[in-house]
Amino acid sequence: MAKLTFKTDSCKGCGLCVDACPKDLLEIAKDKINRKGHHPAQLKEGADASCVGCASCAIMCPDCIITVER
Amino acid sequence: MVVFERPHALLDVPLHYCPGCTHGIVHRLVAECLDELEIEGKTIGIAPVGCSVMAYDYFGCDVIEAAHGRAPAVATGVKRADPSKIVFTYQGDGDLASIGTAETVHAATRNENITVIFINNAIYGMTGGQMAPTSLVGQVTQTSPYGRDPKLCGYPVKICEMLSQLEGPEYLARVTVNNVARVREAKKAIKKAFQNQIDGKGFSLVEVLSACPTNWGKTPKDALKWIDDAMIPYYPLGVYKDRSADQENR
Ligand SMILES: Cc1ncc(C[n+]2csc(CCOP(=O)(O)OP(=O)(O)O)c2C)c(N)n1
Ligand code: SF4
Ligand code: SF4
Ligand code: SF4
Repeated sequence: MAKLTFKTDSCKGCGLCVDACPKDLLEIAKDKINRKGHHPAQLKEGADASCVGCASCAIMCPDCIITVER
Repeated sequence: MVVFERPHALLDVPLHYCPGCTHGIVHRLVAECLDELEIEGKTIGIAPVGCSVMAYDYFGCDVIEAAHGRAPAVATGVKRADPSKIVFTYQGDGDLASIGTAETVHAATRNENITVIFINNAIYGMTGGQMAPTSLVGQVTQTSPYGRDPKLCGYPVKICEMLSQLEGPEYLARVTVNNVARVREAKKAIKKAFQNQIDGKGFSLVEVLSACPTNWGKTPKDALKWIDDAMIPYYPLGVYKDRSADQENR
């Protein structure tokens, strides 16, 4: 199982990580607003167990928000 | 085990770029190369005028701010004054392909031993979306509200193709960052462009087709798609010149 850490306060909610995940595990949290005023990205509920740590999300993130451990 | 984290050479500060702007991806790739080649401490970047004008706030190496379009001239001076340093420019298309065309062509034809990272987003981003020399035929911008008309404004400039006609330059490649596989390819090209300088081979330019969702009036997702649909057909990806490889194959 892989572990993702989001630097949520700097996320711009662009959604490029969401589109990049081959397993569709990410979402934009419409019910949250970060310090920059964006809806941040997060793992969908219960998705951690399915994450394979491929880092596709992190590679497409323009803002280096996601750290991936395996 | 960490499989992906912010590279050391990219400072841990928020980037000012718009949501989904791929300037951020290219910054990270440059920083990853500085890390992997262990050259952060002896690298000097030259920042342009354009959205990446504040690149000096983002890289761990020293960065000098050049006047609009003059980054290759400043880089020439820095590299010649201290050839032990690794010198790169980071420039947009308004900077490199319009006001700075002369500096670009002459640095290339002199085969200056520098690395040029060229962000082609087919628009002037910083100033609010005016037509760039690289804007596509028919592209609607603030200054071409009915689409770029070649009868009035000529055709978009193809920098890699143009420079490949010169004897001078060592390496010219066009890449993009609109999906994971292409980000990896872009990284390889950028790393080669730095390695060439370390090896003393000379002028190495990587053109990156880059998204400007804000001034294209598109969502970040649609902007990446527009690179596939509109940009790549006119600006084909690939290596336009690789002198050392060509000589080896001869
Ligand atoms: C001498 C001079 N002329 C014009 C400008 C106005 N200006 C600022 S940025 C820019 C172009 C930016 O476009 P580009 O290089 O494509 O970079 P982007 O913002 O798209 O990343 C222009 C024309 C200036 N700052 N200085
Ligand atoms: S690491 Fe791979 S599987 Fe996990 S969330 Fe990111 S893209 Fe999806
Ligand atoms: S790609 Fe990065 S900035 Fe964009 S939503 Fe995902 S984590 Fe946030
Ligand atoms: S205006 Fe365009 S190029 Fe500039 S930061 Fe915004 S999206 Fe990026």
